[in-house]
Amino acid sequence: MAAEAKIKCSVGLTGNSAVAYAMKQINPDVVAAYPITPSTTIVEEFSGYVADGKVDTEFVTVESEHSAMSACIGASAAGARVMTATSSQGLALMWEMLYIASGMRLPIVMTCVNRALSAPLNIHCDHSDSMGARDSGWIQLYSETVQEAYDNVIQAVRIAEQENILLPVMVCLDGFITSHSIENLCLLDDDVIKKFIGEYKPSQPSLLDVDHPTTYGAVALPDSYMEARRQQAEAMTLSKDVIINAAKDFEKISGRSYGLMEKYRMDDADAAIVILNSAAGTTKVAVDEMRNKGLKVGLLKPRVFRPFPYIEMAEALKNVKVIGVLDRADSYTSFGGPLFTEIRSSLYELDKRPKIINRIFGLGGRDYGVKDSLAVFEELLKIKDMGKIDKVYDYISVRE
Amino acid sequence: MSTQTAARTVPYKEKAPFDYSSYMRKGKLPHIWCSGCGHGIVLKSLLRAIDATGIQKDDIAIVSGIGCSSRTPGYLDFNTLHTLHGRALPCATGIKLAKPKLKVIVVTGDGDALAIGGNHFIHACRRNMDLTIMVYNNYIYGMTSGQSSPTTPQSMIATTARYGSIEPTFDTCTLAKAAGATFVARGTAYHAQELEKTIYDAIMHKGTSVLDILDSCPTYYGRFNKFKSASEMMEKIEKDGTLSISQADKLPPEKREGKLLRGVLHKSERPEYCEEYERLMEKAQGK
Ligand SMILES: Cc1ncc(C[n+]2csc(CCOP(=O)(O)OP(=O)(O)O)c2C)c(N)n1
Repeated sequence: MAAEAKIKCSVGLTGNSAVAYAMKQINPDVVAAYPITPSTTIVEEFSGYVADGKVDTEFVTVESEHSAMSACIGASAAGARVMTATSSQGLALMWEMLYIASGMRLPIVMTCVNRALSAPLNIHCDHSDSMGARDSGWIQLYSETVQEAYDNVIQAVRIAEQENILLPVMVCLDGFITSHSIENLCLLDDDVIKKFIGEYKPSQPSLLDVDHPTTYGAVALPDSYMEARRQQAEAMTLSKDVIINAAKDFEKISGRSYGLMEKYRMDDADAAIVILNSAAGTTKVAVDEMRNKGLKVGLLKPRVFRPFPYIEMAEALKNVKVIGVLDRADSYTSFGGPLFTEIRSSLYELDKRPKIINRIFGLGGRDYGVKDSLAVFEELLKIKDMGKIDKVYDYISVRE
Repeated sequence: MSTQTAARTVPYKEKAPFDYSSYMRKGKLPHIWCSGCGHGIVLKSLLRAIDATGIQKDDIAIVSGIGCSSRTPGYLDFNTLHTLHGRALPCATGIKLAKPKLKVIVVTGDGDALAIGGNHFIHACRRNMDLTIMVYNNYIYGMTSGQSSPTTPQSMIATTARYGSIEPTFDTCTLAKAAGATFVARGTAYHAQELEKTIYDAIMHKGTSVLDILDSCPTYYGRFNKFKSASEMMEKIEKDGTLSISQADKLPPEKREGKLLRGVLHKSERPEYCEEYERLMEKAQGK
């Protein structure tokens, strides 16, 4: 295949270097950012590409993340292709502007290198940051590996800019675990990427289009505000198919297939773990160990969290007897983490609903190893045998 | 609660050898700072200055934002609050309003105070609340590995300014004075004893006092800008790059050119915020 000849494989890069490289290949018009661990090196490396003239990007070193997202919003409204990256407190400080970006329907692409939120201060991985932003109207893609992070960033540009979508996209990868680990991956050729994402032609009039004067973010009183929100919700619903189609086209250029989720040894699974990002890799090892012992277990790894693919999720889980949803963030409902509540809700329409538990794990970088994963599987199989659940919602690997 | 003992009067004398341990949380050591970093020298100067004021530990709150410099309070056995990047000043303002009797000292970096917390900085100066603001100015975002900050001099190299920064800088002291701070001074880690004295004066001043404290980040700023060692950085930037304000007056303009002035650069009297607040309350309550 002609496309295949253009793929450079076995390149060793960290997650952050791979994202920075994807950004270089995408060559956005504007990048505005403020440094924060563990996303810092994405922008740091990208600023090197800017300095060396490898990209045509205007790079703006602003004085905070609030300003970073504000600058992205201004540039995007002016018709530019815009990207940025952040983590944790940085994303938290962008909060106000996240809603402006999605409300103005600006297709900004941001990488979120997942890190815990303060207090207490912690720089290590969990998903509190991006999960906190889950209702801000951004599409969210999660990445298990360096390869997936690279591939997701490229697809994100295509998804965001679709004329019927125009929503910002957040690509998430695990802080340090993925962002700072070197992995072999396959890079696509610049030209192939250029063709895949296409030249950016803003489909709404831009601020700089003086022949078609326009305003963004004007006041919308009770007579019109709700319609704007309705359109946004509609775009989010439509984005599911756009994400699937982008993945299909991406497979043609890369040979790697993506969907709304990845199912690992799920076909006849009695028990399944649902888990996001890098911890899915660990869980796959546990699945293999259990399978070698003849135990029927599997893994479901959501890739798309916004929009939430509830139909496909129910379809994938309907024959499982016991499900363990592992959340790397809590939402303090006293009932379960964000992934759990949405998956449980997705199963509601099923005639025969599986049993389901929630385990909070890995907060602030607490290690999640194969043994932790095995322990959850054992608990799930016990629930299957006994037919009853002791605790729906609990923390694992924690000192009490 | 211990009572405040009378402040030691000037002329100021250094006590040696000084016992730092009673002011430190020893369990928190070793500290995170790189060898050659100036932050530890500033910490020690701060402790000696506090000791000289005679103010008891429990009557002092030390507040910081986020950054290498902002790690300072973690090592100190006072009332301490380690807040968010850029937010030390609003948190300190809250503490001072709730407990006006506390001496509130803010430890912050050039990024923390002047970039992400810049807005808070000018408004704190404007209010003239009795806060001592110590800006550890190492010309760079140290903690996140050396990006340019609002004080990175033009043409100097940072991770986000590979061929030299082209952005004009903030002069912490000019900014503080313009925004209304009533005590503005500069010191360096190199002039550690002078710094101690300046910190003492700043703490004793009633109103917002701002200290621009030049110190070095050999790990990033030093390496990027081809300084051979931490001591060379100190000599070039802190020693040769500055002049004491008392000497400066006597020198011809060409000898002062390009040098930053050390010492108390501005001092004025204005009503202190908490006292004004108190007066207003009394008036409103018809006392
Ligand atoms: C909202 C937010 N954005 C970014 C960061 C990441 N961050 C931590 S410290 C720091 C810069 C510190 O520089 P400075 O204040 O000059 O202190 P130094 O480390 O040089 O002492 C940054 C950008 C953060 N913690 N929170």
